Amino acid sequence: MKKLNFKSSLDNWLTYAGVIIAFVVLQLLASAGGMSSALKGQLVPVCAYIVMALSLNLTVGVLGELSLGHAGFMSVGAFSGAVTAAALASAVPSAGLRLMIAMIVGAVFAALAGVLIGVPVLRLNGDYLAIVTLAFGEIIKSIVTNLYIGVDANGLHISFLKNTLQMEGGKMIMNGPMGVPANTKIATFLAGFILIMITLVIIFNLVKSRSGRAIMALRDNRIAAESVGINVTKYKLMAFVISAALAGAAGSLFGLSQNTIVATKFDFNTSILVLVFVVLGGLGRMWGSIIAAAALTILPELLREFSEYRMLIYAIVLILVMLATNNPTIKGFFAKIFKRKGAEE
Amino acid sequence: MSSPFQKQETKMVPVPSHSIVPERDVDKAPILECRHLGIDFGGLHAVSDLNLAIGRTEIAGLIGPNGAGKTTVFNLLTKVYQPTRGTILLDGMDTAGKTTVQINKMGIARTFQNIRLFSNLSVEDNVKIGLHNQEVYSTASGILRLPSFWKKEKEAHERALELLSIFDMQDMADMKAGSLPYGAQRRLEIVRALATNPSLLLLDEPAAGMNPSETAELMENIVKIRDTFQIAILLIEHDMNLVMNICEGICVLNFGQVIAKGTAAEIQANPAVIEAYLGKKKEG
Repeated sequence: MKKLNFKSSLDNWLTYAGVIIAFVVLQLLASAGGMSSALKGQLVPVCAYIVMALSLNLTVGVLGELSLGHAGFMSVGAFSGAVTAAALASAVPSAGLRLMIAMIVGAVFAALAGVLIGVPVLRLNGDYLAIVTLAFGEIIKSIVTNLYIGVDANGLHISFLKNTLQMEGGKMIMNGPMGVPANTKIATFLAGFILIMITLVIIFNLVKSRSGRAIMALRDNRIAAESVGINVTKYKLMAFVISAALAGAAGSLFGLSQNTIVATKFDFNTSILVLVFVVLGGLGRMWGSIIAAAALTILPELLREFSEYRMLIYAIVLILVMLATNNPTIKGFFAKIFKRKGAEE
Repeated sequence: MSSPFQKQETKMVPVPSHSIVPERDVDKAPILECRHLGIDFGGLHAVSDLNLAIGRTEIAGLIGPNGAGKTTVFNLLTKVYQPTRGTILLDGMDTAGKTTVQINKMGIARTFQNIRLFSNLSVEDNVKIGLHNQEVYSTASGILRLPSFWKKEKEAHERALELLSIFDMQDMADMKAGSLPYGAQRRLEIVRALATNPSLLLLDEPAAGMNPSETAELMENIVKIRDTFQIAILLIEHDMNLVMNICEGICVLNFGQVIAKGTAAEIQANPAVIEAYLGKKKEG
């Protein structure tokens, strides 16, 4: 007999443990100098993409709705976070605290965007929802591309479409299509690690609670869920907004790890990339998302020496992994190994 | 296990809205009352002019040939469809304009003809989802694991096992609902419906696909549920053995219209019912 609840708890604890061990090892490796600087630069983006994959897994794997605009929330988080960090540069001297505030602001703005798009859109299902979220991602990109924000002694100045800011001295934070040209890189690997842990706690605890069960009930059978008194819109929106907020925090983290960020970075391709992490790692399987996101973010960096063949090899690896994870023989092989391990414990 | 079911005779008495309820329930208002209930799909009168009253602790049956509109009546009662005509009174309250979710909170729970479980979740979680509006705590206390989470989860766990024990299913609590044998899935649907603390339980073909001994057991359990929870049960069933043995009042539908109402004995002797099921006797 399959012990479902026990197995999922074990999975959760192993995931926490795995993330902590990976963090400690990588941190030691980085401080001992056993890591190339290119790889070191990838640590924070990897964390950001892991959180992106985890948060999208909440929408796709747990709620069961396909969202193709997840990069839109990342964008909202990245730019609101970058603006916050730049605006607070003198007011909050501590970089760590500023990063924390920026991530919270990013999460809040992304959550607001989530509510804004979620209320009308979540009445749709399946393909229709996917199309509207795709459009949402593009809309966010257009809005951000046309946004001009500057800061001076009088506070924040905002203009839209044309740069009509009237500032006395001060500096531009966002410059339309140029995005945020001069970012301060305050994101750290530690912050990324903490964000992953918080994300895991939120998702795992949510899934194993009354609200999480309601969300999964909607995924498995909406009509039955309604018949036992579960408010469809409320729980769909809840999953969607939590997912958006986490993506916003990840966006802030990502934005503050880059020298410059532009809106086109968070386009449809990024949404699909994150979706690939989720599908590859397994729907609803959080540790799978973590591994897939980490591996597929680092892989293009490692393949840099193949220069122009880089994306070709990346695509081949992707296809091979997809084939392998769907192959019953290979699946059975791993299942056997894990069973034996389980029996020894 | 499959001891022959002991049938008990109930005296039925007439009430307004052209119906009958068991004598023991007649002093109290009926739990469900339908008046001139009807729904059209385009030009088709799927259900028309349905009058029905169900006593507080009655086990009632809704029967009829295939396509008679039985499941449509369930969908009307649970507001999956909004009725075109007529009123549904639940415990004396008009249910016009209510949603499926509100109807469940008002006290109607149901099972489905084609089983609708949360098949990727465990049996226990399925029942806990049924307890959604019984064991309430906020999402925040769930995520932050506040004391109310632990308290309510413990209650929900105990309540779920207690409900599962009605059908002797507590040992299956950790199994995946989708991997249960067919009969167990049907029983789990009933447990999940009971978890919502209904005053009226609608069972859509509870014995479908069950063998005679499972059906006999189910019959005992339906009566047991009624006696323990003191609720009304309305069931759709094609198994006439089950219907004639446990249903106190029976309503026969054909082409969306009530063709007969009464006790088992009355229904069995009714020529219109015989005609609906077996066809008209050839003249000459």
